[in-house]
Amino acid sequence: MKKSIVKEQFARLLMYLSILIVLILVTSIIWTIFSRGAKCLTWEMVTSLPGGGFYIGKEGGFLNAIVGSLYIVLASTAIGLIISVPVVFFLNVYLKTKSKLAYVARLAFDVLFGIPSIVYGAFAFTLMIYFGLRTSLLGGILVETLLIIPILIRSMDEVAKNFPRELLEASYSLGATRWETMNVVMRQIAPGIATATLLSVGRSIGDAAGVMFTAGFSDTIPTSLSQQVATLPLSIFFQLSAPQIEVQNRAYAAALVLTIIVLIISLLGRFITNRFSKHNLR
Amino acid sequence: MKRFLLRRFLANDSNEPFVPNEKFQHPEVASELVVDHFNLSIDGSPILKDVSVTIPANKITCIIGPSGCGKSTLLKSLNRLSDSIEGVKTSGDIRLGDTSIVNCSESDLVELRRRIGLVPQRPTPLPMSIFGNIAYGCKIHGVGGRRQLRRIVRHYLKVVGLWDEVKDRLHSPAVKLSIGQQQRLCLARSLAVEPEFILADEATSALDPVSSKIVEDLFVKLKEQYSIVMVTHTLRQALRIADYVIFIYMGEVIEVGDAQQVFKNPQHELTQKYLSGAIS
Repeated sequence: MKKSIVKEQFARLLMYLSILIVLILVTSIIWTIFSRGAKCLTWEMVTSLPGGGFYIGKEGGFLNAIVGSLYIVLASTAIGLIISVPVVFFLNVYLKTKSKLAYVARLAFDVLFGIPSIVYGAFAFTLMIYFGLRTSLLGGILVETLLIIPILIRSMDEVAKNFPRELLEASYSLGATRWETMNVVMRQIAPGIATATLLSVGRSIGDAAGVMFTAGFSDTIPTSLSQQVATLPLSIFFQLSAPQIEVQNRAYAAALVLTIIVLIISLLGRFITNRFSKHNLR
Repeated sequence: MKRFLLRRFLANDSNEPFVPNEKFQHPEVASELVVDHFNLSIDGSPILKDVSVTIPANKITCIIGPSGCGKSTLLKSLNRLSDSIEGVKTSGDIRLGDTSIVNCSESDLVELRRRIGLVPQRPTPLPMSIFGNIAYGCKIHGVGGRRQLRRIVRHYLKVVGLWDEVKDRLHSPAVKLSIGQQQRLCLARSLAVEPEFILADEATSALDPVSSKIVEDLFVKLKEQYSIVMVTHTLRQALRIADYVIFIYMGEVIEVGDAQQVFKNPQHELTQKYLSGAIS
């Protein structure tokens, strides 16, 4: 057999192997969560607050954590997008390609991207002590916003870098200013914005370390920004560390709910992206 | 719902005459583009050297010359798209009528770019619907009202001969059109803001022969109302449609004149060589 064909076959084998490994991992995770969580997941659990003794196996649910997580994720994603979209626009439209500022900024965001969330949590915690704040919904939102901004910026930036320059010229030549051209840029990079949003939602909804110091935990749904708030990952963490097997199973039920929320958000995101990207110049 | 409104709109006012928009001001006499001792360098290396030409109104001016001689750069300088080239430095002046293009403020530039439209080399429909593409420029310049916009869209789609092909799908994505149709859409988009000059950077080079012919014929038709500046690689195209020719070689203008005179009786040795195919 020819050498090149052997190489080709070998590469193909490697690809199949990697797909297999990923599939096994994903299915085994989902299977573990599903097999242990589904049997004890009841309607009561997702619609009621923890009653007295919920964490030692008595009645109640984790609605507090579901709502708390959604509050934090939605608010931090919204604030994150408001901050990062103009940054991406500035990096790619206002600055020249070889700009030093853009280089330094991208490097900085790459570094921030890699910082573990516990460090963000500790950092925000120090700030909160300095300003005399207590653990609260506001603290949770802020730390998650800090955490996802680099993710949002870098993943949108990668898409925006490939933005066809001709489109900018087309818009300018009609007499549009750079700011007015934002409309065109936003539409063209809409799929990138959606992907970035999904990535950051996934990261922030699953983050336990950041909110541990800053958002605290509570058995009720917060009614103001200054109250403590429960989150799903922390709820999972607390239940999983209980000695009773039925409480541990509830942790898996909470994990199942978390997975389902992420799945719904992802599907929704894909659907919206597809509606937008049908107009895109390729 | 959109389709219903569209049908009603087609039935209702398809016979109303088109009136140019009062938001766009037009000079009484068509202006010329004057390039006056214009130099352009990128990162210190000169691209255009002391270019001085006058581009006449209501004619098709073809800029010809071998690859890399600065044709496209000259064209881009005419509406200051050359600003986005990195390391670019210019001196000298380019004027449209009385207004300086090189030394104008950002706010004047917006109006200047409206007066000088561009048809790109590769068709670049904006990521919007067919309707949105043509309405985009108008909206930027504050022309509003759906009825008014529809009238504008219909008029300019008719001008470029695209109306009958797309009137049933004005709200479908512009990228779904064929390349030739996209290029005509780009032309209609430029015309919708009522420019005086149209710059075309090898506007037919990405098109198939049939579409290319359609666009070419359009330019010939449009020169009654607009002044057209075209960069072209195909000498035959220049021969067919040019009224006025600018020959550039290594960033310098070698010969300028009426197409007949330049093609039939070139004065300069380099022009003769280029036309005979000795340099390309």
